[in-house]
Amino acid sequence: MEIGQHISQRYNQELEDIRSQVLKMGGLVEGQAEGAVKALLERDGDLAKTISKQDYKVNKMEVDIDEECARVIARRQPTASDLRLVIAVVKVITDLERVGDEAAKIASYSIKLAEKKTVTQMYAELEHLSQLVLNMLHDALDAFARLDVEQSLTVISLEKKINTEFNNLSRLLITHMMEDPRHIKNVLRITWCARSLERIGDHSRNICEYVVYLVKGKDIRHTKIDEVLPEYFPDDDEI
Amino acid sequence: MTTAVGTLPGTTAATLESADPKPIIEPRSEFDIDISGTVGKPFVDNPKMQSRNCNVFYDDKQAIFDVDLDIGKNEIIALIGPSGCGKSTYLRVFNRMNDTIPICRVTGEHTLDGQDIYAKDQDPVLLRARVGMVFQKPNPFPKSIYDNVAYGARLHGLASNRSELDDLVEASLIKAGLFSEVKDDLQKPGTGLSGGQQQRLCIARAIAVDPEVILMDEPTSALDPIATAVIEELMDDLKTNYTIAIVTHSMQQAARVSQRTAYFHLGKLVEVNDTNQVFTNPEHKLTENYITGRFG
Repeated sequence: MEIGQHISQRYNQELEDIRSQVLKMGGLVEGQAEGAVKALLERDGDLAKTISKQDYKVNKMEVDIDEECARVIARRQPTASDLRLVIAVVKVITDLERVGDEAAKIASYSIKLAEKKTVTQMYAELEHLSQLVLNMLHDALDAFARLDVEQSLTVISLEKKINTEFNNLSRLLITHMMEDPRHIKNVLRITWCARSLERIGDHSRNICEYVVYLVKGKDIRHTKIDEVLPEYFPDDDEI
Repeated sequence: MTTAVGTLPGTTAATLESADPKPIIEPRSEFDIDISGTVGKPFVDNPKMQSRNCNVFYDDKQAIFDVDLDIGKNEIIALIGPSGCGKSTYLRVFNRMNDTIPICRVTGEHTLDGQDIYAKDQDPVLLRARVGMVFQKPNPFPKSIYDNVAYGARLHGLASNRSELDDLVEASLIKAGLFSEVKDDLQKPGTGLSGGQQQRLCIARAIAVDPEVILMDEPTSALDPIATAVIEELMDDLKTNYTIAIVTHSMQQAARVSQRTAYFHLGKLVEVNDTNQVFTNPEHKLTENYITGRFG
């Protein structure tokens, strides 16, 4: 599937612009998520404040891209893969904006947590979850950029792992709260951060579902990954 | 990117059907994309008309290649494709309009309700009463509005007296959505109406002989968007009683009005599918290229 090759060069340009805007927004959001996680784990209050302040940039990009998509729909009446591209983009940027929100939330909790020294012992698990989630987001954006169905499905199948990690972490955090009720406030903050990370994983999965829709014209939302995989990889038992 | 635009190699219908000798669609596709067969669903469970192994020749030049297609009962099927792809030629096969072109030869089996429409004892005039046609340019007879609609009914003796004929004319004009606009001017010439009204008059004239199938060859390409919307709305109403096949250059129109869409390319039927599928996820690369406005 390709974006160019339209008889109208301007149409090519418009779709290409939209796509590159989404990639740019993806880069920005990924940076926000990485920054938020860094601020959280390294207890960097200043970085957290910067991340929190920058969320408006993500929001603005969402609005701009949405507007551009509406313009293309009105002027070009896109069909087939062009239509799927515009629809996928409108949905992808909604999820990207939410990822931005989650990053901002993590950043705002990090501002508070940076001042406390007492809760560092559960950061190891948090670090593990963050790494998983950031990789997942990165791979999702990469799959969108390259319109890679195979990679999308791999990312989608990661969701289970993230959920397991999150549940383990939750149990651990509950133990901490029971051990010392004075920590409840901060441990709850960490719980919300973990929850935000888990949500970023969900949004990354959504983005990958839109990539499959865009490339294959097939809507795999609300379908179990085990049901989808055999269709695309009938010979592969590994994935 | 190659942007060379040339004439289609081996094209036959292009020159016959269109004044434009340079098709916009690049011929490159013919060599690297397979168009040997039809993808999708050319057949339906309840066919009104069927066409098998249809080949059409103008002298020794072939315009249509081995087309198999069903037109389902009470459906609107849209035939789309670039200029010169043979869609109009193919549409005219269904009521033997090609008989009027001396150099044109049609082979294959074509049936209406299972009956061979090219049988020796089939009167083409009677066939055309059952399979009506509406053309691109409104072509009312230089007669009154009333006589335009009554013409076919008189020819086929569908009314036994004046009042029956009056009723028939009124009913046809109502079905065509024109009656309220012309009811006081029935004796005025049909040529005095606006373009959109003339086209609806032609539809009324086609309906008056109580056809079973209506073939429409770009019925709205000479009309403005409002008149087009009126005709499209009318088609939607008509489909409860009639079967409609429409050739259109407007993909949006095909998407709006039809249940199934057939895509023709260089005289071949490339893809037939539900309209919803064709416009969101076409099976064939050439269909995709055409409806998204890409180089073929």
